Amino acid sequence: MIDIHLPALIALNFLAFSVIIVLTGVLKKNWCQPLAVAGAGISSLLSVYGFVASLNELPLRYFFGAWEPPVGIEFVYDGLSAFVVMVINVVAFFVLIHSRLVAVREFRYKQMAYYSLTMLLMLGFNGIVLTGDLFNLFVFLEIASLSMYALIAIGEKPAPFAAFRYLIIGTVGGSLYLLGVGFLYTATGTLNIIDMTAMLPQFATDASVVTALILMVAGIAIKTALFPMHGWLPDAYSYTCSTSSALIAPLGTKVAAYVLIRILMHLFGFDLADLVVPISKILGILAAIGILYGSIMAIAQNEMKRMLAYSSISQIGYIILGISLVNPWGFVGALLHILNHAVMKACLFMVAANLRMKEGHSDISKFDHTYRKKYPWTMFSFTMAAISMIGLPPLAGFFSKWYLALGTIEAGNWAFLAVILISSLLNAVYFFRILEKVYMKDPEAEENVPDEHVTRDEVSPSMLAPTWIFAIGLLLIGLANVAIVKLLMNMYPGGV
Amino acid sequence: MELTYVPLLAVLISLVAVVPIMLSSKRPNLREGWTILAAVVKFGLVLTLLPGALNGESVELNLFEIAPGIPFLLKADPFGVFFAIIASGLWIFTSFYSIGYMRGAGEKKQTRYFASFAVCLSATIGIAFSGNLFTFVIFYEMLTIATYPLVIHKENREAIQAGRQYLVYTLTAGLLLVAAAALTWYLTGTLEFRPGGIFGDVDVSRPMITILFILFLGAVGVKAGIMPIHSWLPTAMAAPTPVSALLHAVAVVKSGVFGVIRVVGYVFGTDVMADYNLGDILLVLAGVTIIFASLLAFYQDNLKRRLAYSTVGHLSYIVLGAALLTQTGMMGGIMHIAAHATMKITLFFCAGAIYVNLHKENISDLNGIAKVMPWTMGAFTIGSMGLAGIPPINGFVSKWHLATGSLEGDMIIPLLILVVSGLLNAGYFFPIIKRAYFNKGGEELKKYGEASPFMVVPICITALLSVLFGLFPNLFFNFFELAANISAAIFNGG
Amino acid sequence: MTNWYGVKTMIDFLMGHYSYWLTITLLCIGLYGIMFKKNLVKKTIGLTILQASIVLFWVSIGSKWGATVPVYDPAIPSSDVANYLNPLPHTLMLTAIVVGVATLGVAFTFLIATYKRYNTLDEEEILEQIQ
Repeated sequence: MIDIHLPALIALNFLAFSVIIVLTGVLKKNWCQPLAVAGAGISSLLSVYGFVASLNELPLRYFFGAWEPPVGIEFVYDGLSAFVVMVINVVAFFVLIHSRLVAVREFRYKQMAYYSLTMLLMLGFNGIVLTGDLFNLFVFLEIASLSMYALIAIGEKPAPFAAFRYLIIGTVGGSLYLLGVGFLYTATGTLNIIDMTAMLPQFATDASVVTALILMVAGIAIKTALFPMHGWLPDAYSYTCSTSSALIAPLGTKVAAYVLIRILMHLFGFDLADLVVPISKILGILAAIGILYGSIMAIAQNEMKRMLAYSSISQIGYIILGISLVNPWGFVGALLHILNHAVMKACLFMVAANLRMKEGHSDISKFDHTYRKKYPWTMFSFTMAAISMIGLPPLAGFFSKWYLALGTIEAGNWAFLAVILISSLLNAVYFFRILEKVYMKDPEAEENVPDEHVTRDEVSPSMLAPTWIFAIGLLLIGLANVAIVKLLMNMYPGGV
Repeated sequence: MELTYVPLLAVLISLVAVVPIMLSSKRPNLREGWTILAAVVKFGLVLTLLPGALNGESVELNLFEIAPGIPFLLKADPFGVFFAIIASGLWIFTSFYSIGYMRGAGEKKQTRYFASFAVCLSATIGIAFSGNLFTFVIFYEMLTIATYPLVIHKENREAIQAGRQYLVYTLTAGLLLVAAAALTWYLTGTLEFRPGGIFGDVDVSRPMITILFILFLGAVGVKAGIMPIHSWLPTAMAAPTPVSALLHAVAVVKSGVFGVIRVVGYVFGTDVMADYNLGDILLVLAGVTIIFASLLAFYQDNLKRRLAYSTVGHLSYIVLGAALLTQTGMMGGIMHIAAHATMKITLFFCAGAIYVNLHKENISDLNGIAKVMPWTMGAFTIGSMGLAGIPPINGFVSKWHLATGSLEGDMIIPLLILVVSGLLNAGYFFPIIKRAYFNKGGEELKKYGEASPFMVVPICITALLSVLFGLFPNLFFNFFELAANISAAIFNGG
Repeated sequence: MTNWYGVKTMIDFLMGHYSYWLTITLLCIGLYGIMFKKNLVKKTIGLTILQASIVLFWVSIGSKWGATVPVYDPAIPSSDVANYLNPLPHTLMLTAIVVGVATLGVAFTFLIATYKRYNTLDEEEILEQIQ
């Protein structure tokens, strides 16, 4: 019973909880966060169960109301969507656990609205990943985006302004996508992805289909923050409250990248997509520029959250680069990086939240050596995530880089290989800058606080545990990457 | 006896020791006890592998798959055991010496120091026992990261600069190694270290294999201190002396040259090296490095920096041995790993003892110190004579084989380089000895005595070992036989 | 009338696709507003125009000349599909319009919040204040 309805349950569970939270929150404000955690927890369990238990029976097509497409809407629960759904739900679960005290500190009186919105956000994300219908995808995209705008607006003074700018550019992205879908609909007469895939080869060179492809890719690229459409991201991520950035940064852009995979690899397939306009080449070059641009800008930042935001632009580049290589290794590298980067970024943003909790800021220039003694475990998590971001073995980040490197070699693209390697070095620059400040006394400072006067002042376990779990998780993902990669390999369209 | 898990245990023991070391940070004696216990156990474990290695056997332990088609493979082959014995054996002496040094110099953050040291040793043994390139990459990067806290230990401006430079060099090297490994895997479909190489029956274009070799060279060459990518090494002398001694004379730089020989003998294979003229590239670089490093050593007044340049030069002896592509030359190179390790560690220990005892770092201040520190300076003399290649110290044995090897390959220039370098070595070491013994020291020297026994005893033992291995190369560990076997295996393809 | 140096073909092309041209014109006006107007309310208006253009596009692709509403009429045989409009794009656009309205609501909320904090709705002035 539960198996059959699993795809719908995973997503709609969030809808139910968003309502429950509002209803409960009116009476009991303190129940909102536990309920949100429960909601994310249930969906995480379901998606993990679905991924593990029904792996052999996939793909599972779920028709809503038993209306078969093209009339009805379907959810496609195949290996790829099962994987991505699992990643985003589990990450969200831990981030929500972490959010309890941050919420009390940063927006005590908006908790009900906040947690209800997070549930809607997750509904949107899950829907985007699961749906098998292009228009339905648009609707979920907008549900996710609207809740994302609202979540981003909760934060520092410029947050609503940053959210407004994001709204403008995000809506343009969504509209372009919708326009593209319209063109595809006129050409094929269906909106169902599977149906359309079957029909597209005969229309692939039509002007309307090519236009549709370009519009859709451009629209989604805006939501992915692919260079040069990244302008909204740094402000949005750095002005919002700590827990929103920890929730949105690891997930938002990844889900959009997933949509790109769906469009380019499943709906069209790169053979058709590249037929008229070399989409994969263009994406690859933009991604490569984005990788370098993001890393260099991250070095120039003085605020930790802003630095991490630029780093996200760079990391998104890895994912798009992997997809654009059009070979199994690149694809595996990209998907693994979706997982790795979600965990790393969540961990890093949680560290930033922990520091803001205790210090009231996350300004790198004010970091000093007392942190190593005050927040030993937070800084340990930071070190792990940083090393993983730089890509040193055996942490997770190394392996996505390894597969991406194999992909670039297989594609014979030496420039991209160089980009990946150089970017690692740039990552090292901006992470070691912080590590240096935190683990060493400043030799320039006139007077350093002696270690003896510093006492441990670590954040509470509810914030520390998720941070730690992610830090350790990076090691585990790294060591167990073969199991994951073998599964991912099977998801490569057309087999390996 | 079942030895399958010995390599793993040998790697893990010092990693596990980090936990008790951290926990007993408030009780220094207990903490150092753990370090020494781990060092002794590790050495014992490595020694059990020696008999098998002498018979040419390897102990393999395939732990799990780390990437599709690539196992996380620990393989204690003769060459690995050879390197592991040197690294773990000298760790014991360094541990004792560290106690004397760190307490004598009143260094802070000693727990971090000993913990990082233990991790470094795990990484080094891991490098020695890596059965394939991927495992090698993992431990190589681990060594980079674990060494960083040691380089910056003093937390002053100089140390931080040194740390940055160290990271830039070694992280770049690590990335090149990743690229090289990926390319190797793409070309050959395997990453295993095999005596005689894995490129034997792969058809690769000449530019491709040259690029690949240069990538490898950049990767392992940084740690091996090949010019022009050596300059992190003298800068890293900002670290406390035991770090310079063990890491920059034994563990880190030797991992580099170990990597060079792995690449030459076990990845490319000497035949492929010769076919594509890759040996020549290496030979030129090694020759230039030997001469220039020796010349640069003359200009250093800081004792540790002079030793550092000497290290750069002597590492290239080993690289030269590999680059000759002759069996005797390779053997000489491998021998020199052991010989240089015992001699250079003695010299660094001496430098540290002088620094802790007399607070002198510069050579120009060393007048007459032999009267105060007779044991230390005696050991220093032995070490420097050995590096200059004077018999009966073990530097002579390896140098002899290097020279024979170059003649075996009908090459005269490498021989000349060795001779000139020997003279230069003598040229920059003997003034130090002359100052210490024959110049008159200042009055203030009278109030000092010999350094603490924790330091002097290890110094004397390593100096003694240098002499003993020079007289009896097969003493204790059969280094001579082992090196000959390894070299033969490389040339005969296992 | 002869095809006078291809002008007739061009005119036919333009006339035959007039709904597309309308869409594109509106789209460009919307984009212009979003990109070049400094006042945030004007940006929002641009956004609305852009959304409207896309809704109109979808509506136009669902309509046919001479067809009637998609409600079964016994007088018109249902087998002849050309007699009925395609209802799907129109229903979809109901959803899209709702999405658009929601977006607009959220946008105005942000504008109010921004105005309260910065006392202006001029983008450059706000950016100056943030610096």
